[in-house]
Amino acid sequence: MAEIQLKSLAHSYSDSPTGPDDYAIRQLDHVWHKGGAYALLGPSGCGKSTMLNIISGLIQPSEGEVLFDGKRVNELSPRDRNIAQVFQFPVIYDSMTVYENLAFPLKNNKVPADRIKTRVQEIAEVLEIEDKLHKKAKNLTADEKQKVSMGRGLVREDVSAILFDEPLTVIDPQLKWKLRRKLKQIHEQFDITMVYVTHDQLEASTFADKIAVMYGGQVVQFGTPTELFEAPNHTFVGYFIGSPGMNLVEVERCAGGVCFDSTVVPLEPWQADLLERMTSTNVKIGIRPEFIEVSAISSDDTYESEVLDVEDLGTYKIVTVRLANQEMKVRQNEEFEADLGSQIHLSFPKQWLMLYVDEFLIQEQQR
Amino acid sequence: MSLTLENVSNTVDGVDYVRDANLTFEAGSFNVLLGRTLAGKTSMMRLMAGLDKPTKGRLLYKGEDVTGKNVQSRNISMIYQQFINYPTLTVYENIASPLRLAKMPASEIDRRVKETASMLQIEPLLKRYPLELSGGQQQRTAMARALVKDATLVLFDEPLVNLDYKLREELRAELRDLFQERQCIAVYATTEANEALALGGTTTLLHEGSVIQSGPVMDVYRAPVNTLAAQLFSEPPMNMIRGRVTDTEVTFDEYSHHALTQELAALSPGDYWFGIRPSHIALVPANDDDLEMSMEVALSEISGSETFMHVENSHFEMVTQLMGVHQYRTGAPVKVYLPINKLFVFDNDERLVHTPSRISGGAV
Repeated sequence: MAEIQLKSLAHSYSDSPTGPDDYAIRQLDHVWHKGGAYALLGPSGCGKSTMLNIISGLIQPSEGEVLFDGKRVNELSPRDRNIAQVFQFPVIYDSMTVYENLAFPLKNNKVPADRIKTRVQEIAEVLEIEDKLHKKAKNLTADEKQKVSMGRGLVREDVSAILFDEPLTVIDPQLKWKLRRKLKQIHEQFDITMVYVTHDQLEASTFADKIAVMYGGQVVQFGTPTELFEAPNHTFVGYFIGSPGMNLVEVERCAGGVCFDSTVVPLEPWQADLLERMTSTNVKIGIRPEFIEVSAISSDDTYESEVLDVEDLGTYKIVTVRLANQEMKVRQNEEFEADLGSQIHLSFPKQWLMLYVDEFLIQEQQR
Repeated sequence: MSLTLENVSNTVDGVDYVRDANLTFEAGSFNVLLGRTLAGKTSMMRLMAGLDKPTKGRLLYKGEDVTGKNVQSRNISMIYQQFINYPTLTVYENIASPLRLAKMPASEIDRRVKETASMLQIEPLLKRYPLELSGGQQQRTAMARALVKDATLVLFDEPLVNLDYKLREELRAELRDLFQERQCIAVYATTEANEALALGGTTTLLHEGSVIQSGPVMDVYRAPVNTLAAQLFSEPPMNMIRGRVTDTEVTFDEYSHHALTQELAALSPGDYWFGIRPSHIALVPANDDDLEMSMEVALSEISGSETFMHVENSHFEMVTQLMGVHQYRTGAPVKVYLPINKLFVFDNDERLVHTPSRISGGAV
């Protein structure tokens, strides 16, 4: 197990990069602490697979250093780094039994035979496949195969970290729950550094204690699932986390706060204060569909809006409304009813109204 | 204009891929086939496309028997999980290819290609070649090619499975809107309950080759015909608890006793399965007669906006889906509350015998 540090790391697939656009990863510093459960989340092309391959040693970064417990490992192969990897598709030997598959990495490392036996048994119990140990791997179901694949990563006691590259893609939704729960238990039990790459926010947030959100080759936020949800520090995080994402509205400075169309949205004094000191005209407000409140009656701090659509998603409803010239999404419970074209009154609770300048969150501690 | 499957079965080497399916798909409808891997979704689509011939039964299109007629003679588009593009053609020419085959005027081709490309957010890539694109972009190119022509039957076989979840969310909404304006039959296979709910239209539940239930999406969701349908159409899966009803009370696994109040009073004595969706279980009671159960926290998963709490005791386990952040240590004791008016009840043969009143819908 190790602490993994990325120091002034950058990577370009081009031999002679000329500008930031030539970089798959733009210069960054990042630390994955010992024993943490992390996710690396972002859309395709954001650089997350490149980052994972740099950690594992499949790719050598063009700039900067990769340090394991403070030691430079740039030149070491994945094997010498003691990294275990679990891929999208199970990597197992079909002709071998489950037992032989699990024992294989240990035999390669010349672990004594009796130790192999107890260790394989232990891992099989954790993964609940002990009754399958003597089955040929080719006779297993997709999720059992992926469990064996994970087992091959877990079985070695000397691994620095386990890297997961979208490991649940081929698994049925009903089983994803079980496997995710299993992974989390394994993390609690073995206290091992795990990095999990995914483009699925739910997978990332249920697995990881902390998530690094990548966008355009950079880590735009590194935080707990709650932090990413409640205070996204970049508009991309607001948009990407949450389904539907955060409502983001372009606004202008005006008397009493910020405005769009003729709608005035008051700001907290500290927000107004900070905004006044900035010159950028790229200003947005953001509020999550979950945090907009709907009331039947109008008052001083409600906004009149027109219901355009009510989408029933079973356990909740997504209401699309028009407020002045803006469309917004509001999440309501499954009992919500409203006629299309009718008026509802919205309010934006102050603690959930975010202010973004040049796409970054304005935070109180900046004062 | 409709497509009908009449007593259709397909058996290959003694394995039933489709068992006695009877379904009708209307023009202008959006139809979702929901089922796990190997449920028969792809097999059924291949039969509809004429790629396979059923071993039993008939396919009727506009009332005419088309059993075994192939794709070329019928105007069909099929979109697969793994997309295929022409590597030597630009994205533009890939999308235009079916229209060129149909000898459409160049100006019309240009209009349609650009319109479809912009819907799928690949307009800036039109001059590139498929191999210069990311996986997601290649998939969108293939999807554009299938959507650019006006097919009468469009078959989607888990087309979004390899895409970013955010892009999936956007494409789903686009697809729904796009097909609202078209007069074709759209059939869409997925393994995800949430995708079926988001797409709307008609939902058909498939399991091991058989049709379990078919109807408007909310009808199926609110009144699943049996425990299997309930489990297939719920994510996380609906919680199922074994219970026994006597003249005076209901007992869960001979462990937890409750008075027969509200709508449960109508149940005749016997053994039942009680089903409740994870989102309907609460940590605080909403009514005096909510069923209270003492559990232990097995795992608390926080997604940011919601918490999925797995709870268990020596008798059963359940998953709850709670709004907001609830941090509980594994092993912590917790009381959960099940509102009576949100319980589904299934008989010993696992058939639905009672639909909860609060969520049966229709009462607008």
